[in-house]
Amino acid sequence: MSQCQRCKKAVATVHLTDVTKTGNRTRDLCDRCAHEEGYAAKAPPVQINEILSNFVLQAPQIQELAALTCPHCQMTFAEFRNGGLLGCPHDYEIFEQALLPLMQRAQDGNSRHSGKSPRRTDAPRDFQIELVRLRRNLEQAVEREDYEAAARLRDQIDSIETR
Amino acid sequence: MKIDELLGRTGEWLRATGPMSDVVISTRVRLARNVSGYPFLTKATSDKRDELADLLKRGIQAAVKEHKWSYFDITRVGELDRQMLVERHLISRQHAEAEGSRGVSVSPDETVALMVNEEDHLRMQSIRCGLQLEQVWEEISGIDDLLEQRFEYAYHPRYGYLTACPTNVGTGMRLSVMLHLPALKLTNEIEKVLRAARDMRLAVRGLFGEGTEATGDFFQLSNQTTLGRPEEDIISDFRSEILPKVLEFEAAARQALVRERPVALDDKIWRSYGILQNARSISSEETLAHLSHLRMGIHLGRFREIDLKTLNELFLMTQPAHLQKQTGNRLSGEDRSVARAGYIRKRLNRE
Repeated sequence: MSQCQRCKKAVATVHLTDVTKTGNRTRDLCDRCAHEEGYAAKAPPVQINEILSNFVLQAPQIQELAALTCPHCQMTFAEFRNGGLLGCPHDYEIFEQALLPLMQRAQDGNSRHSGKSPRRTDAPRDFQIELVRLRRNLEQAVEREDYEAAARLRDQIDSIETR
Repeated sequence: MKIDELLGRTGEWLRATGPMSDVVISTRVRLARNVSGYPFLTKATSDKRDELADLLKRGIQAAVKEHKWSYFDITRVGELDRQMLVERHLISRQHAEAEGSRGVSVSPDETVALMVNEEDHLRMQSIRCGLQLEQVWEEISGIDDLLEQRFEYAYHPRYGYLTACPTNVGTGMRLSVMLHLPALKLTNEIEKVLRAARDMRLAVRGLFGEGTEATGDFFQLSNQTTLGRPEEDIISDFRSEILPKVLEFEAAARQALVRERPVALDDKIWRSYGILQNARSISSEETLAHLSHLRMGIHLGRFREIDLKTLNELFLMTQPAHLQKQTGNRLSGEDRSVARAGYIRKRLNRE
């Protein structure tokens, strides 16, 4: 573990690389010094528009995607980038390559849904994962002495197990 | 029900009786859903938009037919009435100001509002007074189940419920609590708490949600993440981590004020009362600031001149559209301030 180059006390947790004409210069800073120098150690939640514009600046290959058009709703990726709203449900697959990293940034790194799903959906549901989730919720409900919720969760677990 | 009938009462969420209601004004959850086979509204032609509004209205009416729900076609609702629906938190500002077919279905006690053709085809909310996280979730999830039998939702096995904006994709759920934090504000500790909330990936907003600034003593906290975490986990974060901390900080700040600055505290409360009793012209922001002090005074047992019910009625009825509906006239800003001061004096002095 390296020491913070600024205060020379704390452990460096932030490692920066400045690209200059004479070569790369690296700096190792602790949380506090990084924050004081304006490098927020913990990035504040970013707005979708900000993510969109940064993303475009950072990824030149996205320029090619910008012209991509959804055959179902005629939305182009460039149009989405400007307005922040998609044109139809198919856009999630048509623009997937460009959307995915963006969603991950907006969604705290997540890219896979977990939670409620329509009952009538034809997509096979993973009941094992569902059971694990329900059992954990049951434990939490018992812990906080919410017996109403616990009873409901127990019924849900029963209904899956007897399927 | 006609819109005018709303005027004579306050919605359930303003009853001020729910759990933790000294700090938590209301709990709200909303779900975003879209009907499969239709474009999102950004790309919907006006015909498609009409078709969707009709389809959703019929579906909702059939699903809730045993209850006495109202459906308001927003295109036929006057500007002042639309503003009134916003003030009652039944529709969003965006929905009030949009164009094209759209509507809202409201339950008789105003706990549930289903917006049709907002940013998504359906925006469903449940709102209740005090801290009622599980109750609002169960209520809206139950209605979601009923509607799901009538519409096929746009759903993706990996991304969950598909929404017009990728920041809502997944659960489509936004859980919010409206908090009254006057003591943290008075003791200048509010920024610290709000920063901690933002670090916990929460959005901090003002009284009317998205696009409104967190000013005054009222703050709305809501989850940012909708993808990858089940609804129950988000609820449990609020229940066991977020709220206990915020409530504890506010309680400690209130106790510190009582202990260390009782005169300053009473001065704040009673000055506010004096202004409200005597003002001849007052803005809604100033009214809100003074009502906030009275609310704190009531909860600390230091102010008993009016009860919470009266306070909450003032809170709602002094907002611009409610005020104008009562006087029966459209009023300019200055005339509104005069009418507002008159209404408050009448209520407080029992004139």
